[in-house]
Amino acid sequence: MNKRALSIRPDFWTFVTLLSIAVFAIFLIYPLFSLFLSAFQDPATGEWTLDNFKLFFERKYYYQSIINSFSVTTAVTVLAVVIGTTIAYFMSLYRIRYKNLVEVCIVISLLSPPFIGAYSWVLIAGRSGVLTQFLASYGIETPPIYGFFGILLVLTLKLYPFIYLYVAGAMKNIDSALIEAAESLGCSGLRKVVTILLPLITPTILAGALMVFMNAMADFGTPMLIGEGFNVMPVMIYSEFINEVGDQANFAAAMAAIMVFITSVIFLAQKYVVNRKSFTMSSLRPMAVGHLTGWKNIVVHAGIYAVVALSMIPQLVVVYTSFLNTNGSIFTEGYSLASYETIFSTLGTAVKNTYLFSTAAMVAIVFLGMTVAYLTTRKKSLLTECIDTLSMFPYIIPGSVLGITLLLAFNDEPLLLSGTAFIIIISLVIRRLPYTLRSSSAILYQLSPSMEEASISLGASPLKTFFKVTAVMMLPGVMSGAILSWITAINELSSSIILFTGETKTMSVAIYMEVIRASYGTAAALSTILTLTTIIAMLIFFKVSGRRDVTL
Amino acid sequence: MSVSITMKSVVKRYGDLTIIPGLSEQVRNGEFFTLLGPSGCGKTTLLRMIAGFNSIEGGEILFNDKVINDIPAHKRNIGMVFQSYAIFPHLTVRENVEYGLKLRKTDKEEMRRRVDAILDAVQISEYQDRLPERLSGGQQQRVALARAIVIHPSVLLMDEPLSNLDAKLRVEMRSAIRAVQKKVGITTVYVTHDQEEALSISDRIAVMKKGVIQQTARPEVLYTRPYNVFVSTFLGHSNLFRAHVAAEGETRSVVFANGYKLAVPKLSKEAADGQEVIVAIRPEEFSMQEAGLTCKVATRVFLGKYMQYALDFPEEMLAGKQPSIEYSQDLGHAEHMLGVGDGVTLRPNPDKINVFTADGERSLMEGVVQNE
Repeated sequence: MNKRALSIRPDFWTFVTLLSIAVFAIFLIYPLFSLFLSAFQDPATGEWTLDNFKLFFERKYYYQSIINSFSVTTAVTVLAVVIGTTIAYFMSLYRIRYKNLVEVCIVISLLSPPFIGAYSWVLIAGRSGVLTQFLASYGIETPPIYGFFGILLVLTLKLYPFIYLYVAGAMKNIDSALIEAAESLGCSGLRKVVTILLPLITPTILAGALMVFMNAMADFGTPMLIGEGFNVMPVMIYSEFINEVGDQANFAAAMAAIMVFITSVIFLAQKYVVNRKSFTMSSLRPMAVGHLTGWKNIVVHAGIYAVVALSMIPQLVVVYTSFLNTNGSIFTEGYSLASYETIFSTLGTAVKNTYLFSTAAMVAIVFLGMTVAYLTTRKKSLLTECIDTLSMFPYIIPGSVLGITLLLAFNDEPLLLSGTAFIIIISLVIRRLPYTLRSSSAILYQLSPSMEEASISLGASPLKTFFKVTAVMMLPGVMSGAILSWITAINELSSSIILFTGETKTMSVAIYMEVIRASYGTAAALSTILTLTTIIAMLIFFKVSGRRDVTL
Repeated sequence: MSVSITMKSVVKRYGDLTIIPGLSEQVRNGEFFTLLGPSGCGKTTLLRMIAGFNSIEGGEILFNDKVINDIPAHKRNIGMVFQSYAIFPHLTVRENVEYGLKLRKTDKEEMRRRVDAILDAVQISEYQDRLPERLSGGQQQRVALARAIVIHPSVLLMDEPLSNLDAKLRVEMRSAIRAVQKKVGITTVYVTHDQEEALSISDRIAVMKKGVIQQTARPEVLYTRPYNVFVSTFLGHSNLFRAHVAAEGETRSVVFANGYKLAVPKLSKEAADGQEVIVAIRPEEFSMQEAGLTCKVATRVFLGKYMQYALDFPEEMLAGKQPSIEYSQDLGHAEHMLGVGDGVTLRPNPDKINVFTADGERSLMEGVVQNE
């Protein structure tokens, strides 16, 4: 009877469906599965074997990395939750001087290149660091910054903003009537916090904790620069993979598989817990902002300022040292722009590449994010469900693992893509698309479908309606998300470090290389450019979104 | 130009679930036609089938003589007004109204003239350069109406357009919609669950239940001569009594369970002697008399113009469980009022009451048809 519903004409949406499935299948699923398969293969004969896994669990040198990863990641998560929640609590409920400035600083430390923290702490408190030498001249010996505590310090200062932003957001949604209801029933003080406030924000804390855990677990730059003997999994995978011996790829694949397994378990566990405990809140009247007085006021202010200052120190050190004269790896007297001159004469391509790749990735992400979100929310079908599930995968795949999978999969004819700019852009797209997709779907769910129907009833075809009405209304939300993606893209290291070649080097890769070569001056200058770009992009984000907060 | 709409055995199915099992109806050219029914009765589904937003699983819908089943929504030339208004938030009032005309590539001068005229007609000219978020609900609904009408659609479809407005504004917008529709003379299909709204605005109303049209008629006919018990209780209040028919020559009466016999002049010839029936009596069709139906007052509520009593009847008099049996006493003419617990005898007005078959499916009154 109904010919229209039965006939499947290839149209724009079929094209988008196929395109997105192709992108995920070719650049995510295929590489991931070839990696898993190679984990079960003998490097020499290609036969199926569990030897790679056996080797890993037999040698302490290897399996210690799991223990290390777990201990440092857990410590970072716990510490970040405590610090982030505490700051969010006081910032939301009490008047804090220069609150806006504090928030901006928190966001900057979150969005800054991840390994800058590590290398500037080395500059400050490393073996020949400024602080170390200063204290040594008075005969005071400082504990080493390298290893577990170094990673803990850097990653906590870098990641507590996640928790802060999540929790501060949730606190805004708590209706003051809930608190007043508790008070009217005779509950007050700490008891109120423990029985009402904490349970209400627990799902949010868990969501934030997952972000921190995943980020800390997958982080490559920080442990590489400050970890020294303290081996963690991403570093181990990277060094086994890069190993010149050549037969280590299968072993690295096995380690990558173990890591993906661990992150998947954590991801699913968190999802399970949050699904059971989540509820929606909307506040008519947010909680009132109170005043602290006396010593309490001083302690709270001092605490918040101290944490924020600590997390801003790396940025400031980097900016400062970028203007110092250098002679090789040693900073000498006086200030100049020499480091910047060096960059533009030798590393101009890296600067250009960074902006080019991340902008290309952003365009692709915006296009795919909007169209695929439309498909998965408005045109539900088996195929779009499939895309929806596929798009969850990148959440659990650490950047360095993704880099390895792409490199292994596209190292040969017919798809010889390694070494091209395309493969780096694709890795950026794959890693950030899920976030844009999720936020775009959230926007779409809030747009009434009758808006689209109104346009259709007025004579616009469904496709025209998408571009004239739906897309236009989604754009502000999607763009602000895209700017955040762009910021993370320019700072990306863990997959680029594996995928880059001389031609496709990006700034973050260049900074890493310069730090390894101990050219701290150029590294600092590059970092300054990155930080400056990040801040400008963030200001644009605030302008576009009209918001004062950031959710990643 | 405006068209008539014909639905021939229209079927709507979602998987195994049949929403509309086969519905036929005719909407006349230029008519204000309302689909009225409880929520979930399929009225919005049917409207969206006419609009083209829902597929049609069986039967045909025609605009004049043209089958539109396979014409996509954007080519049907309809004007639609939504419950949520669906005003484009990124366009000004004027741009919203121009949207459909631009798609039709109307020339500039013509567009300006038509937009001005319609903004004037719905009285929103002064807001034309504002963004919609700064308009009140009533103003937004006027924009929605203007936007739908300005394209000169073949039909105007309205899906509960007033349900998000407050009571006072609803009444005001009701007359505004009615006035504009009459002025433009456009075939309109209007969906609502609000019976007062339906009665006040429509040329004809179709009362729907579970995907089936129970009766289509002018508002006053629907109220005074409902086709079945569902319509008589859905529209206004009806008290249902058990009775049987007594035929003596030309005179036909109904005999209630207490033995009270009432001659009903308009009772149809097909009502046979002794036939079990349901008698539907509206609260205002009772009056206090010597002979009639005897009962007690359970509660009373003073409502200004009249006093509303809830009555206690012996169970065997009533046709099944009912939420309440009511009597409205017109206080403009009342001689004395009753107190709670008082006994009273009420006589139904034989010219006004309705008699139905015992299953409640069909009226036994003369000249009552399902589709007028």
